[in-house]
Amino acid sequence: MQQPGRAAEIKAIGIGKSFGSFRALDNLTLDIGRGEFLTLLGPSGSGKTTFLMILAGFVQPTEGRLFSDGVDITDRPAEQRTAGMVFQGYALFPHMSVEANIAFPLKVRKKSAADIKRRVGEMIERVGLKGHEKKLPAQLSGGQQQRVALARALVFEPGVLLLDEPFSALDKGLRGQMQAEMKRLHQETGTTFVFVTHDQSEALALSSRVAIFNHGKLLQVGAPDEVYDRPDNRFVAEFLGEINMLPLKGVRPADNGSTGLCEDRAVSMRCKAETVRGDAILAIRPEYMSISGEATAGENGIAATATNSTYLGAATRLDLTTRQGAKVTVSVPNEIAAAALSKGNSVWLTWPAEKGFLLPHGGQ
Amino acid sequence: MRAYLSDRMGAALLMAPLLLFLVLAYAWPFLGVVKWSFTLPTPGLGQYEALLTDDLVQSVFIRTLRIAAVVTVVSVAAAYAITVVWVRGTPAQRLVAEFCILVPFWISVLTRAFGWVALLSNRGLINTWLQAIGFISEPLALVRNEFGVIVGMTHFLIPFAVFPLASAMRSLDDRVLLAARGLGSSRMRTFWSVFVPMTRSGIIGAALIVFVFSLGFFVTPAILGGGRSVMVAELIYLRIFQSPDWGLGAAISVVLVLFVGALMALLFRYVRPKQLI
Repeated sequence: MQQPGRAAEIKAIGIGKSFGSFRALDNLTLDIGRGEFLTLLGPSGSGKTTFLMILAGFVQPTEGRLFSDGVDITDRPAEQRTAGMVFQGYALFPHMSVEANIAFPLKVRKKSAADIKRRVGEMIERVGLKGHEKKLPAQLSGGQQQRVALARALVFEPGVLLLDEPFSALDKGLRGQMQAEMKRLHQETGTTFVFVTHDQSEALALSSRVAIFNHGKLLQVGAPDEVYDRPDNRFVAEFLGEINMLPLKGVRPADNGSTGLCEDRAVSMRCKAETVRGDAILAIRPEYMSISGEATAGENGIAATATNSTYLGAATRLDLTTRQGAKVTVSVPNEIAAAALSKGNSVWLTWPAEKGFLLPHGGQ
Repeated sequence: MRAYLSDRMGAALLMAPLLLFLVLAYAWPFLGVVKWSFTLPTPGLGQYEALLTDDLVQSVFIRTLRIAAVVTVVSVAAAYAITVVWVRGTPAQRLVAEFCILVPFWISVLTRAFGWVALLSNRGLINTWLQAIGFISEPLALVRNEFGVIVGMTHFLIPFAVFPLASAMRSLDDRVLLAARGLGSSRMRTFWSVFVPMTRSGIIGAALIVFVFSLGFFVTPAILGGGRSVMVAELIYLRIFQSPDWGLGAAISVVLVLFVGALMALLFRYVRPKQLI
């Protein structure tokens, strides 16, 4: 349908937005690559939707400039930008049939009737709505409405597709199905996708890169595994998934990374202690920690007592407390959890050096 | 179930005085009017036959429908514009629109009719000014004709058209309008191909309510028509009070009530009563 070359490349420089005294977005600089699938992730009120609305042209930034393929579009009204948009709740035209909804962007662009017919037909086929052409949006299921919204936003081959929490109204099963479908549409069209969500698993599953927002600030941008495994700060670490945090003393650089003392036991990390010295936080995702009877010399480990377990089916979630009172959660095979609990006393928690990372002590 | 039943009982009891009043003050006397239409001056369907053949009655009916149609179109169009400002304007614009909508409700229909006479008559403000600036040499016939009736009725009915329109515009999802603009549609195009069609139920409701009101207008056409643009209500009045022709007046009343009833039934298929307030 579209040459990948037509996807837009977007550059935001120093974008800020204030609503009265409320700072919705602060000094945001971000490059969105041609044809990439970028997710804007953050809690509500973090500025992610404001940024999407600025990209769409519905909200005017108070500072900064926005470029699309090198052209300054900051002051360009929404209807003159080449962005397709899928709204939360779909925002379909309730008085128009499926066909007319999808044809709308082509009609306002004054395409010929034959061209409109062909492209609408192709799009209906592509999103699997054949047989529903004459129906009104109210006669469709949530998933079908979602497809109409996607088709309508893609039919005029926009340089960028903006999606504002498009799946928030769908139930879990349908949501997974639509996510897969959207990934396929992204590959087929080659268009740049900018997707807003507050669901971290959705962000990690779909995107080529994730941009994490909080309190109007862009905190970190990176590939899903990058932001998940090497978060820059505590907010990102905690927002992307469960994380265990252990206090660390005497952090200093070492061969191949850094070392420190965790409850009087030496531990090593692969990451560099560049910005963090002395006291720090060692953060490890629960799935990278395992339980054993004894930590061998040179292995990263800490003694802890199991306090509680939750059976999850495939695994058991185990809550433990270290000698100095730090709380740790791990997900382990069921029989190991049972053994750890039955012993009633101390077990060892171990983890590979490359899976631990340093966060500054206290604060964000 | 018991709570539900007693709720219904309570509602029925609360409505009972009003229903009783309506039955005693309207329904019962109206049955009397129905009876007259079949019995005066002689029993039979004579008055309904006369209604179909009498040129005067027919011309009045046609004039009434014509005036009601023009008033409906003009009132709904004007009300639409005011309502857009009232619902979607800046706070200052909203205040002005609200003032324009509500003030007419505080002035009696009689006062307003005479106000229009003062403005529109041969020696009224408008003709005097137009002559003073030399725009016209002879006064324009603005009143004591259909034009005057239409002006006065439109002025009276615009606020009634505003409420169903406002209700339709308020329930409209703003994101749909944003979506239209995001898909490349200009403001004008978004208004005509998205905003207006989406407020269709409000337009139908407003048109029906104005039309129904127009059919029964009495004071405004009597004053601003000056006896030359008689509408149905005035005709009934003349038949009953100024001639001994009660049977024909009653028959016209029955036809008018049936017609209005049919339109009201149509109205409530499109609009919930709550939207009219």
